[in-house]
Amino acid sequence: MRNELILAILALVILAAEIFTSAGNKHKTITWTAVLFAAATVAGFLPHPEGELFGGSYRTDQMTVVMKNILNIGVLIVFLQSFDWLQRKENHDKISEYFLLVITTLMGMDFMISSGDFLMMYIGLELATIPIAALAAFERFSSKSAEAGIKLILTSALSSGVLLFGLSFIYGSTGSIYYADIAPLVAVNPLQTLGFIFFTAGMAFKISLVPFHLWTADVYEGAPVNVTSYLSVISKGAASFTFLIILYKVFGELLSVWQPLLYTLALATMTIGNLFAMRQDNFKRFLAFSSIAQAGFILLGILQAGNLGSTSVVYFVLIYVFTNLAVFGVVSAVSHATGKENISDYKSFYLTNPRLSLTMLMGLFSLAGIPPVAGFFGKFFLFTSAASAGYYILVFIAVLNATISLYYYLKPVRAMFIDKTDTPIATIRTSLPTRISLVMCLAGIFLVGFMSIIYEFIHAVSFGL
Amino acid sequence: MNILNLFVIIPVVTMAAILFTKDLRGARLVSAVGMGLQLIAAAVLIFSFFALRKAGDSAEFLFYSDVTWFESLNIHYAIGVDSIAVWMIGLASVVVFAGIFASWQMEYLSREFFISLILLATGVFGFFISLDLFTMFLFYEVAVIPMYLLIGIWGSGPKEYSAMKLTLMLMGGSALLIVGLLGLYFGSAQAGEVTFNLLELSRINFPVAMQRFFFPFLFVGFGILGALFPLHTWSPDGHASAPTAVSMLHAGVLMKLGGYGCFRVAMFLLPEAANEMAWIFLILTTISVVYGAFGAIWQKDLKYINAYSSVSHCGLVLFALLMMNQTAMDGAIIQMISHGLMTALFFALIGMIYSRTHTRNIEEMGGLMKVMPFLAVAYMIAGFASLGLPGLSGFVAEMTVFIGSFQHQDLFHRVITIIATLSIVITAVYILRVVGKILLGELKNPEHQKLGDALWFEKLSLVLLILPIVAMGTLPLFLSNTILDALKPIVERLTAMI
Repeated sequence: MRNELILAILALVILAAEIFTSAGNKHKTITWTAVLFAAATVAGFLPHPEGELFGGSYRTDQMTVVMKNILNIGVLIVFLQSFDWLQRKENHDKISEYFLLVITTLMGMDFMISSGDFLMMYIGLELATIPIAALAAFERFSSKSAEAGIKLILTSALSSGVLLFGLSFIYGSTGSIYYADIAPLVAVNPLQTLGFIFFTAGMAFKISLVPFHLWTADVYEGAPVNVTSYLSVISKGAASFTFLIILYKVFGELLSVWQPLLYTLALATMTIGNLFAMRQDNFKRFLAFSSIAQAGFILLGILQAGNLGSTSVVYFVLIYVFTNLAVFGVVSAVSHATGKENISDYKSFYLTNPRLSLTMLMGLFSLAGIPPVAGFFGKFFLFTSAASAGYYILVFIAVLNATISLYYYLKPVRAMFIDKTDTPIATIRTSLPTRISLVMCLAGIFLVGFMSIIYEFIHAVSFGL
Repeated sequence: MNILNLFVIIPVVTMAAILFTKDLRGARLVSAVGMGLQLIAAAVLIFSFFALRKAGDSAEFLFYSDVTWFESLNIHYAIGVDSIAVWMIGLASVVVFAGIFASWQMEYLSREFFISLILLATGVFGFFISLDLFTMFLFYEVAVIPMYLLIGIWGSGPKEYSAMKLTLMLMGGSALLIVGLLGLYFGSAQAGEVTFNLLELSRINFPVAMQRFFFPFLFVGFGILGALFPLHTWSPDGHASAPTAVSMLHAGVLMKLGGYGCFRVAMFLLPEAANEMAWIFLILTTISVVYGAFGAIWQKDLKYINAYSSVSHCGLVLFALLMMNQTAMDGAIIQMISHGLMTALFFALIGMIYSRTHTRNIEEMGGLMKVMPFLAVAYMIAGFASLGLPGLSGFVAEMTVFIGSFQHQDLFHRVITIIATLSIVITAVYILRVVGKILLGELKNPEHQKLGDALWFEKLSLVLLILPIVAMGTLPLFLSNTILDALKPIVERLTAMI
């Protein structure tokens, strides 16, 4: 509960500070919030007792602490990357709104992860979703941003409805909303299977699995870059964690139902995500489809239904946080400095901005799963866990998909390093917070893979069916 | 500390040092020093390896060391070498060192060029020292991916197309590999704990059904890098577009990773399936051998000629491996080393000639012997080695391969051996045609009169490659005997099944 309490206090402090700061001092909120949040992130690593609260509707164990810490690190990086954007004039009076909304959603995600019953999970889900729609529509004068907001809120509402509908079946057939009570009562029968499928559909919206992904590209494109990065990394990571926990802890008996279901979803998600990503020129749309494809890989780990699976999923998301935020960091720096967001704008980028290009290169290689960067380890262990369940053909198709994904991940590389143009993006002076965030990402990209101790730690606290 | 670690540490330190240089002069100096040290380390390794062998150390792999990496997955950083790996490391360090000198005047983004080149070399060295399949695969991919940047940025011709084609095809190969490796990994559970360790895996007899399933994945996966027909198409385009040093390294060393992996992993660990399916791949490799040679005849671009000739020669490596007897496999390894050296020599020469004439079209050149005698003679030596003139390495290799292949008594093996020997004749045709056209006769282009001969760094690079070719040709027995030693357990495992 510590993490949620700290976040709640932080939110209240920001709210209070908003009242008492004069108009001229608003921008100081940015630094202060980042510093406080960094402290909160560090505090998350302090030893934390396991236990239950509110009669079992909220529980903490070592794994949930790890998951929350991963999300905290990601949010910290996102905060650091949003400095430039928030310091703009048009955002001047919305600074604390941004932080409030992000921190609230993060709190919602923490509740989702720690939930011990479906009610808590649903509250967390809503808390994590509705403020994001406000964030997506953050740029009031951009019609695309407004479109993103409305699209997100409508699809979220629908998916929540579907999810709740599924849960009502489960509740109706078991008479409880508590995970611990439901788990032994779940069995393969039409009613519960149907309920489970509706539940999965609702979650699939949040993780943006094919065929529930159609909102993703438009929302990612319309929302401000920093919100997009938050959506694609933190929000997706939290939803994957929750899905993983509930599948393993509640629907274990339905293994024979959800393995083939996830098999199909994984295939469709990887393939469709990849095929659509190939044709994109807008960087945010490109990353949207890439993140859909990555979600398909995450399913490969979930599929395994054992310690190996949960470890590789959490490990992969950790790497994904650093990797995707490295790419987003560069995109956001370029976007704020020049307003350019297309891959074709990046021609000869290396000649003018070697450091940013190399950061982007490492991020893209890590996304594609190329050694020696961390993405390789993350993907390899996901493949390992799927193979351990005997799904060799799925692994083969997944690796082929990784090869296809290499094709489009190399497109920005080609633009930056190979293609020549007379009018490259001018040399950008990045601000200190952006630099810190990129260094953090790079450190993560290089170290998380090689330092097996991180993997071993996650494995030690992992859980299986 | 284990000497083998040096082969990863030296390149990494060199790359870091290049970061601190300012321009081409600094970068190439640092690279030359670093890779020079690597060459010395390789020499030391070769000497101390055979000293240990002489002293009676008969372990399968010497300099073995094993550090646990991912404990719960039982992934280790396990290294060790047998004599084949030692020779491969020797080959790689010669080619890399020569490659640095062949790119002595790489003006455009020189630091980045040398870093990528050495990164590629790191992958190669790491691959040859690894005994754990996970690290082996990791290094394999490290060796493949810098190719995209090297060809894309510093290449010529349709470089984006070639770079992408090469990368995607080789990565497609690793898609097959991952499945095969994971199959071995989880298959090893029958002997206790799952493992990626090559030595432990080689003590397990996998069920035949499982071998049948995974053998094609592993063999084709590595085979793509070894230019197995019909998956060789990345090779001509890639080699033709790549800058000189990269073609040298890629055709000279990287393609050997394919052949090496084929016998060290696929055939060694899955012997029954290898015996069963050998005929399919024998037919494919025979096509590689003959088709590659025919392909070279029709080309007009020097690099394409050599690239197709590489397809043919690397095909011969896989062909000989699949014959699965001592003599033929011995020949395969010698062919790997021999081809590595002479194809690197070829590509170095082509790069040097191109930098003078600015054309690689053989129709536009002629009589170059008169203006650049050193390069011309070196080219002839490479050509003669390639067509198998006695006294040079190519002869030893091909002779051993064909003698070994003909030892099979049955019709199938004899017929395809005879077909494969055709390539010797065709090789002679395309080599002599090129030599005649561009080196001999009257000077075709009067502009070429002004061109100079090789400079000191070019000479160094060429001599470094020619020396071992001659040494192998004149004193083949030591090499061949040491290779036979290392092949023994592999051949035993393969023939025990028949």
